[in-house]
Formats: sequence, structure tokens, C-alpha cells
Amino acid sequence: MTGRILPFGPSLAAPAEPLPPPGRGRRGDAGEGPLSALDQERFRRLLLPHMDGAYNFARYLCRDASLAEDLVQDAFLRAFKGFAGYRGGDPKAWLFAIVRSSHLTWARSRSANLQAPPDDVEETAAEDDTPEQALVRQGEVETVRSAIEALPEPFRETLVLRELEEMSYREIAEVTGAPIGTVMSRLARARAMLLAALGAEGPAAEEAKP
Amino acid sequence: MSACPDKEMLLHGLLDGELDAANAQATEAHLKTCPGCAEAYRGLQALRGRLAAPGVAYGASDTLRARLEAMTAPPRARPRRIMAAAPWALSGGFAALAATFAIMLLQPTTALLQDQLVASHVRSTLAGHLVDVATSDRHTVKPWFNGKIDFAPPVVDLAADGFPLVGGRLDYLDKRVVAALVYRRNQHLVNLFIWPAKPGLLPARAAAPPAGYAIVHWTANGLQFWAVSDVEPRDLEAFHQAFAKAAHG
Repeated sequence: MTGRILPFGPSLAAPAEPLPPPGRGRRGDAGEGPLSALDQERFRRLLLPHMDGAYNFARYLCRDASLAEDLVQDAFLRAFKGFAGYRGGDPKAWLFAIVRSSHLTWARSRSANLQAPPDDVEETAAEDDTPEQALVRQGEVETVRSAIEALPEPFRETLVLRELEEMSYREIAEVTGAPIGTVMSRLARARAMLLAALGAEGPAAEEAKP
Repeated sequence: MSACPDKEMLLHGLLDGELDAANAQATEAHLKTCPGCAEAYRGLQALRGRLAAPGVAYGASDTLRARLEAMTAPPRARPRRIMAAAPWALSGGFAALAATFAIMLLQPTTALLQDQLVASHVRSTLAGHLVDVATSDRHTVKPWFNGKIDFAPPVVDLAADGFPLVGGRLDYLDKRVVAALVYRRNQHLVNLFIWPAKPGLLPARAAAPPAGYAIVHWTANGLQFWAVSDVEPRDLEAFHQAFAKAAHG
């Protein structure tokens, strides 16, 4: 179940937002239409493996569990419909750019509608943790998650793409549409802010605490 | 103590494996001589360790996973939509085909084969693998099998008899690749498995098929036919008669 109606929900069939990055994967009139069975298999093979990453990225972008699910679903739908226009290149970066675009569309329409900000960030345990792991991890993991979520968006997304999704600078530039130099300076700044928030001590020092 | 300002980007580049060989070497050498940069680099490594801890990255829930799987399911898992758009082709002159078929109701060679048949039928009705070629046009289905199997199964449309053709696919039965034709009877599906008959081998009588399923078997023109469905046995027999009339004359 989705917990929230997206403002752009009904207009999914014709989103105005062009799909970044420009030059490829762009939705065009010729790219519309049903995919062949072969293309569908290709889509599934290339893009379904990035489901977890797409959710992780969306989750840190919007900081809301159920909104992130809607964003990912919307992004997959748009990717699916626009797949005929996909011209190769890294499928993960292509998909993530669409996730980011879905989030932008949502954020813009939210500010246009002056709705309540969704900053009531849910404090949920990792869905895939066993209870035991959760007990051990919760303190440290929640601390780190909160610190990431507190970063301003450009720094947050750059850090998540690099550290959690292990993307190269070039791929991050592709997803975010920023020049590589900007990616590098944002990453350095994001890490500095995280270190300041989390303290200089490493995980060993953290875990040694009672 | 802090890192040299002009080296900061290099430390990040080194950590991320983004430096070329010359810069990487120079930065590593610098780390050995500059305690400030070395400390900063250790801090970055420690931060990376904390970010890499399991649980920091989120994963898709099973619900989302299932939704995306369903949304992108290949067309063969959604035969109804394709059927609605497909034109009907009526069965025609297959009378010229020599027809030598023997009817043996509920006589699979072994219980094992029978179980395989029902299992294949059930599997095909679950989302994922009903047909590889989804069309009611027998002129599309028949050539589709060319080159995929070493025999030519007769493909007829039985829409006039109440069994519209849904499509065809390849299946694996009795240790070989077989052709499967899929027909629809109201809301039920009929799987017709076809592969070459083994000459001189009469199937032995086996137990009745699992409750709720009917199997009809016959051979014609060197091929063996196994129709499997959850329709009423007499409906399946009607299917057999209609198919035999159209395909074998």
C-alpha cells in the first residue's frame, strides 16, 4: 500500500519533466509505445537489479519510507515507458537520474501546492534486519542515518551515491547533472560535515562504548 | 593538526580510486611524510567504514519488489490483454493431412509423465510462462516453432468450437523440448503438449490425474498429443474432437 497520494500521480502518463541526463534516455514521441517482449526482458535484466539502490537513493532524497516507494515506482514506470529511448550507457545511472527527476517533480509540486513539509522523518529500524542485528546495530546505524539525513540535499545525494551506491564521480555527475568538479567539492564538503556531526572517532571507538 | 589545504581533494580522490597513477603515487608518498594529511585520510577511511555498515543503506521492501516485478512482467504473463486485440483466424483445410490417431483417455505412460503434464499446465497458468508467442493467429504460431523444435506441430484455431487459440510456447517434458499450444475455454486454459511419438510403444495405464484436472491423449501423424486442463473432462474431450477434426481432417 502506498501511504500517500503523490501530487503528480494522475498525470503520470505525461510527465512534463524531461528525463535527465540529456542526450540519452530521453523520452521522445518515437520512444513511446509498447515495448517488444525482447525489450521487456532486457529492461528486467538491466534495471530490476537496481531496485534496492533506487529505493535507497529515493529514501535518502525524500527521507520518507512510503513516499520513497512511490517515487521508485513512478521512476520505474517512467523508465519502462521511456525504455525505447534508452541508448545504452550505465543503466543504473540512467535509472537513478529518473528517480531524481521524480523526486524533483514531487518536490516542486509540493512547494507549488504549499503542502505541509514531509520533514516528519520516520525513525524506523532497517526492514531487513533480524531483531538481533537490530539490537546490536540500531544505535550506530540510526546515528549514521540521521547524520546523513541532516545533510543539505546536494551534499546528501552526492554522498549517498558515492558511499552507499559506490558510483564513480562520472556516474554521479551523470545522475545529478553537476560537473565532476562540483561533485568532488560536494563530496568533500559532505564528508567534512558528516565527520563533524558523527565525531572523529571510527566505528571501533563507537562500538567500544557500553 | 589538519590536512594541507591543497591536498584535500587529492585525499578524497585517492580514497575513491579516482586519481591517475601519477597523482595516486604522489599522494600516497605525501601521506607518509605529512601527519596532518595522514590523520585526515584515516578519518575519511573510518567514516567510509561506518557508512558501509549493514543497515545504513536501505533496501526495497518485498511489497515494492513485488509491485515492480508485476509492473514489468513480460507480455506472456498477461495473455488476456493481447488476446483482446488479436484477430481470430478460423481453422481451415487441414483435411488433406493423413489422419491416423488413436484415442486413449487417461492413459499416460507413467504417473511421472502425468504429474509432469499437470505440473507444466499449472505452472503455465501462474504468472510468468503461459505463452512465448501470444497470438490467436495460427499462421504466426506455426512458423514460430520452426527452428526451435525438430518437428512441426499442427496449429489450428478452434475459436468456432469455443476454444480460441491463445498462443504457443516451448516446454520441457519427458526429457525433451516439446511444443505447447494454449487454448482458452471460457475462463479456463487448455494446454496441448505435442512431441513425436515413440513408435511401437503403447502407453501403460496409470492412475487417474490429480483431482480437478483432466488429461486426454492421442497420437496422429507420428506425433503424440496430451491435452491438459482443469475444464470438465467432457469439455476436454470436445476439445480433442475439435482439434482432431481441424488438424487431422
